[in-house]
Amino acid sequence: MQLLITVFSALLFASGLIVSGMVRPDRVIGFLDIFGQWDPTLAFVMGGALLINTPLWHLTKKRSRPVCDVKFHLPTASRIDSRLILGAILFGMGWGLGGYCPGPAIVSTGTLQIPSLTVMAGMICGMLLIHLTNRQG
Amino acid sequence: MHPWILGLIGGILIGLSAALMMFGRGRILGVSGMMGSLFSRGDNRMPSLLFLTVILLTGLLVHQIRPEFFQSADTGRNLIHLFAAGVLVGAGTRLGSGCTSGHGICGLARFSPRSIAAVLTFMASGMITATLVRMFIMQGV
Repeated sequence: MQLLITVFSALLFASGLIVSGMVRPDRVIGFLDIFGQWDPTLAFVMGGALLINTPLWHLTKKRSRPVCDVKFHLPTASRIDSRLILGAILFGMGWGLGGYCPGPAIVSTGTLQIPSLTVMAGMICGMLLIHLTNRQG
Repeated sequence: MHPWILGLIGGILIGLSAALMMFGRGRILGVSGMMGSLFSRGDNRMPSLLFLTVILLTGLLVHQIRPEFFQSADTGRNLIHLFAAGVLVGAGTRLGSGCTSGHGICGLARFSPRSIAAVLTFMASGMITATLVRMFIMQGV
C-alpha cells in the first residue's frame, strides 16, 4: 500500500509539472525575470498547489497518524539559521540562471536531451559536494 | 488552453500529490530531500528512489508521445550556464533543506516559518539572478 501511494503520488506530481509548463525553463525564467516580459504562470501553479494542499494538510494533521504508517515524519528543525538562508540564496541563483528546480530537472531528464542531462549532472555534483562536506565537518 | 489555466490545473495535481504523500505516508513531498536521502542509508531511501524513478519515467513516456510539452523557447543558456545552475541548485537545496516542492508546496501549506523564510529568500534570489543574467550575460546572445 505504501508503494502504491508512492507511485500514484509520483504520477500525479510529474503530470502536474508537465501540464503546468514547469518543465519548460522559458516559463520559469519568464516568471523570475519580473522586469522582462513577465509570465505569471508559475504563480498559478504554486497557487493551485497551495489551494489544495493547505486545507488537506490541516485536515490530515488532526489524525494521530497517516493511513499507512505509524507516525508522521515531519522536520524537527525550527530555527531560521544562516544555513537555511545561504542555501535558499544559492538555490535561487541556480534557479534563476538555469530555469530548473529539482522536480522539473528530474522529469526533464526523461527527455534524454543534452541540456536537461547537463543540469541533472550539475545538480548531483552540487548535492554530493554538500554531502561530502557534511561528513567531514 | 491558456497557459495560466494549465498552470492552475497542473498546480492542483501537484497539490493533490503532496496531500496524498502526507495523508498516506506521513511524509513531506520534497524532491531535493528525496534525492539527498539516496546518498545515505535511511528508511526512506527505497521509497525515494521509487518516487524519483517514476517521475523520470513519466517524463520519458510523455516526451515520447507529446514532446511539445517539453518545448521551451530558447533561453540563451549554454551548457556551462546549465551545469553551473545545476551545481547551485543541488548544493543550495541540500544546504537549505528543501526546494520548491518541500519548502514551497509543503512548507507553506504547513505555515512553517523556516519554509516561509526559505521561499521568500529563493524567490528574491531567483528574481534578482534572472534579471541580472538577462541584463549582463544574455546581452548580444
